[in-house]
Amino acid sequence: MNTANPHTDRSAPLLSLDGIGKRFGGTIALSNIHWSIQPGELHCLVGENGSGKSTLIKILAGVHTPDTGGTITFDGVRHTRLTPQEAKALGIQVIFQDLSLFPNLTVLENIAIDLELDSPLRLPPRRAMRDAAKEALASLDADLPLDVRVGSLSVAQRQLVAICRGLATNARILFMDEPTASLTRHEVELLLSTVRRLKEMGVAVVFVSHRLEEVVEVADHVTVLRDGHKVGTYPANEINEHRLTELMTGESILHEVNARQLEDRRPALEVRGATRTDEFEDVSFTLHAGEILSIIGLLGAGRTELALSLFGMTRLQRGEILLNGEPLHLKSNQDAIEAGIAYVSEDRLSLGVNLKQPISDNVAITVLDRLAGALGLVSPRSRSQLAEEWVERLGIRAANVAAAVQTLSGGNQQRVVLAKWLATNPKVLILDSPTVGVDVRNKQGIYDVVRELASEGVAILLISDEVPEVYFHSDRILHMRDGRIAGEFTPGVASDHALSEALYA
Amino acid sequence: MHSLAGYIFKRNESALVVAVLLTVIVFSLSSPYFLTIPNFVNLIEAWSVTTILAAGAFVVLVSGGIDISFTATVAATQYLAATLMARHGYPPALALGLSAALGIAMGSINALLTHYLRVVSIIVTIATGSIYYALLIFITNAEEIYNLPDWWSNRAASFKFELASGDTVRITMSIMVMVVVVLMTHHLMNRTRIGRQVYALGGNPEAASRIGIGVLRVQLLAYGYLGFLSFVAGFIQASRVQQAVPTAMAGQELNVLAVAILGGASLVGGLGSVGGVVLAVLFLAMLQNGLTLVGVSSYFFGVVIGLAILVSISMTSLADKHAHRWHRPRANR
Amino acid sequence: MNRSSPNADGGARLTAQLDSMIAALRQGTSNIVGLILLLAVLVAVFSILMPSTFPRATSLQSMMFQIPELGLLSLAMSIALISGGINLAVIATANLSGLLMAWILTGVMPADASGFELGLWVVGAFAAGLVLSIVVGVVTGLLVAFLGVHPILVTLGTMTLLHGLAIYFTRGRTISGFPDAVIAISNETVLGIPVSFLVFTLIVVLAHVLLTRTELGVRIHMIGSNLEATRYSGVNTRRVQVWVYVLSSVLCWLAAVIMMSRFNSAGADIAQSYLLITVLAAVLGGIDPYGGFGRVAGLFVALWILQVIASGFNLLNVSPHLGLASWGLILILVMAVKRVAASFNVFPKAGSRQRNAKPATISQSPEDSQ
Repeated sequence: MNTANPHTDRSAPLLSLDGIGKRFGGTIALSNIHWSIQPGELHCLVGENGSGKSTLIKILAGVHTPDTGGTITFDGVRHTRLTPQEAKALGIQVIFQDLSLFPNLTVLENIAIDLELDSPLRLPPRRAMRDAAKEALASLDADLPLDVRVGSLSVAQRQLVAICRGLATNARILFMDEPTASLTRHEVELLLSTVRRLKEMGVAVVFVSHRLEEVVEVADHVTVLRDGHKVGTYPANEINEHRLTELMTGESILHEVNARQLEDRRPALEVRGATRTDEFEDVSFTLHAGEILSIIGLLGAGRTELALSLFGMTRLQRGEILLNGEPLHLKSNQDAIEAGIAYVSEDRLSLGVNLKQPISDNVAITVLDRLAGALGLVSPRSRSQLAEEWVERLGIRAANVAAAVQTLSGGNQQRVVLAKWLATNPKVLILDSPTVGVDVRNKQGIYDVVRELASEGVAILLISDEVPEVYFHSDRILHMRDGRIAGEFTPGVASDHALSEALYA
Repeated sequence: MHSLAGYIFKRNESALVVAVLLTVIVFSLSSPYFLTIPNFVNLIEAWSVTTILAAGAFVVLVSGGIDISFTATVAATQYLAATLMARHGYPPALALGLSAALGIAMGSINALLTHYLRVVSIIVTIATGSIYYALLIFITNAEEIYNLPDWWSNRAASFKFELASGDTVRITMSIMVMVVVVLMTHHLMNRTRIGRQVYALGGNPEAASRIGIGVLRVQLLAYGYLGFLSFVAGFIQASRVQQAVPTAMAGQELNVLAVAILGGASLVGGLGSVGGVVLAVLFLAMLQNGLTLVGVSSYFFGVVIGLAILVSISMTSLADKHAHRWHRPRANR
Repeated sequence: MNRSSPNADGGARLTAQLDSMIAALRQGTSNIVGLILLLAVLVAVFSILMPSTFPRATSLQSMMFQIPELGLLSLAMSIALISGGINLAVIATANLSGLLMAWILTGVMPADASGFELGLWVVGAFAAGLVLSIVVGVVTGLLVAFLGVHPILVTLGTMTLLHGLAIYFTRGRTISGFPDAVIAISNETVLGIPVSFLVFTLIVVLAHVLLTRTELGVRIHMIGSNLEATRYSGVNTRRVQVWVYVLSSVLCWLAAVIMMSRFNSAGADIAQSYLLITVLAAVLGGIDPYGGFGRVAGLFVALWILQVIASGFNLLNVSPHLGLASWGLILILVMAVKRVAASFNVFPKAGSRQRNAKPATISQSPEDSQ
């Protein structure tokens, strides 16, 4: 439920942008942006990759200089550009997704680091630092030990430290990039109550987020950017995620239920009583050939842990897995791959792709033995050819397959990952949060690929935390919570609202 | 029980304290001479040069870099000071000042190249180390300088004590300078702002530049400090043998680095303490001394250090794995 | 699946294939071309300075005699570097292996052995040295693979240990006096080309084939860039790491054979100063110190560059120390040139230039680049 206040006084904005634009060489990143935010407002910025969100934030943080003609007005004072020092002095603080903390320094030092920056040889003002840190923590009603290394804290606690650091430098406006990406539901609640305190203090908060359900729920206003232009600013209680998606992409996306009744219900993967202490318990389900079965759950539900066991990366302590009726004894993921199970990791950048290596080797890595020719050699040519076949089949937009994977967009990178797994001819394909960091447009492409695979008889296990993703693209949905299967839903029979409610209950 | 062992070996310093204590116990039981003050003073003194260098190497490691060229700096600064004083009659203050400046300059060049070439520091310092060393030998012809001024000798500048037992103990210049260096490094790293910035840079280089830490400035400090300590070490080393020998420290870089790393300085930066370095030196010094007293051939000592390194890294790694087993896995992205 | 494939017709496919080949050649090749140019310049300079002494078959031959030992050791280092690690123990492994072989040939073998019996002893000694190297490689590889500790620390430990063992067993002395057959290895020539150089070149070719055309080679490159992602892709990364250090150590054994033969002695401290030079040669040759990339062809050219400088200075009667200094200087210059070149290309690895090169950003993911 949206408890936002849509009647915030718009007559005295804290920060406003007029006619801000930015070109990088031939590319227009931002064009004619007019935007403003009030003190104490929670504003969400949404837009696809390439819409200009990052550029906008970096201009405000002083990292980029806007093109001439635009102005930034802060507290009534006009600027044509900001340097990083000016931005900080004004109170503009950006918390990037990696939080920019020092894991080897203490909470105290991280919060008060600003006080340690000048006068290199002088003593750090320990007393003043401790006072500043305590004050920041107190204002948020937060309870963190000051002398603990930040590296040993959880993500949610680190986020608190990052926010306190902003406060210690008298932040007036706080930008947070994907702040809820790694938080459990409970931690999101805590973050939101912290944000409420900030609002009470008159600090404006801007979330950049792709989690549209959340955005609509917590924000006062939402601004949509598309291709460098501002599409509009909307009070959050007058808009929903479907409309936001349409505005972000410029297209009307019809969501239809695609669940199918399968005649040939031959079980492909059977899981019985799967248990791993502290991860998941007594999980049982049957995945049929040609079926798209989703497992939906929030962070901490044990979905990825379960997937890793099915993929052989970890061992089950109790229970068994059967593939096409035969029990599997997986000692490693190599066994799983040989049996015909493939796993697309949720962490594409670190575990899915090998960013600096070429597309060709990224695709071929899973099937090098099958490519081996005379004398057991695997020629560079055969690897490239394999990659090219998949580039064509999956519609990967790449100049050539010798390019590094990091030159591709997120959606295309994910297709490379799909390619390497499809090359193994899997019987079961496990997709773990496959569309994170992928544009709405590209998401659809991936769903199409998945549906085609299913129609060819591959059994698909789709793991996700997004209701629309699972509701409109799978045949059956299992809800996982706290390591157990908590319920089963059939799209079309149960409503997506019912699913949402169960998920967030 | 598991977590106690895990805790001990996870904190490098605690593991070292245990190691030092064990060594003391084992060797004092094996040899009556071990736990005596003259012996202890001797063994510390033998490692004074290494300690001074390890303190400097430690600072660079904390900043996230590795410097392999410092032995050339030791030799160069030592030679310069010796030549200026012995051959050209420069007053000591001037000669030492110039040599210190040379050391700092050589370190600073490493910092500048690492920063502007954007190449990992180990490679840069391999290159500069070769250049420095080769130029030094070329210019000096590897000749040794014997006639150092009288005061530049370990024995001359020292304090003598008579103990109750009748033994004489000599606190030499090496020991005094070593203690000063250790204290100075501790103060620099823990009690100055730039010292904390060195830790910050090592802990998260991107964040450090983002929040306004002058990365080049910190690097200049770290590598320059190592250069300065290389000068100090060279001075002390010459005072012990009373000659300046350009080739004396050749090939010792990895040994010094091993000491710093054993002492807890992580290769990725941001971790470690001077105390750890001191403990590591103590441990190795006592080990070497004890083994000698017990009659083990000094030729065996290399084997011992090698095993110590392997055991130490194995323990730390196993402790890390243990720590994770009891930790509830989270899907942290 | 692809609704708008532009590659439907054969002609476009051919162009795409050519594009791929060219881009693949470009990757790493521009680096090697640059090195070959540098080599050519150096050869030209020295030839101009000493027209009667430098550009002669004898000086070429002399260089070919000297390259193999540093070359094999550098290759040993390079394999470790490409895998994302490093092998600080290359010299220590070579020396200990050499000492074992030397001991067998001088201390165990009867002094009057000759003919077939001598041959057997020599082969046996070499086999022993090989086995020792393999053991060292396996142990190192297992430690790296199972401890999860950076190879620089593991090999620092093994280096110290191996060197310590060598010192202990020899009391710091060297062993010399090997049979003529052994000494002949590095002195014989075929058509004027030293046998040791031929062996070295053959090894380089084999290494090239291994690294670029075998499953193991591809896997070595991939773990060098991202170990975990490669593991998730179904590669037994531990086995690959063990292989890396075994291969590296076997190359050290080969280097030991050559060194024994050339110096007619073995000892704990031989060629100690080479350690960092092997890294220098590898990086000069284009091996990425962070791992994942590098061509042995580049290393081969880099070794020639270093040798030409050394020999050139020698013939000019310039101190060999200036030669060493030049090596360091060349490395720095080459890195500076690469840095300048890299600032025109945003994502420097694996190739082709991007037409819409986006400016370098603070965040890592390319999604955030606008």
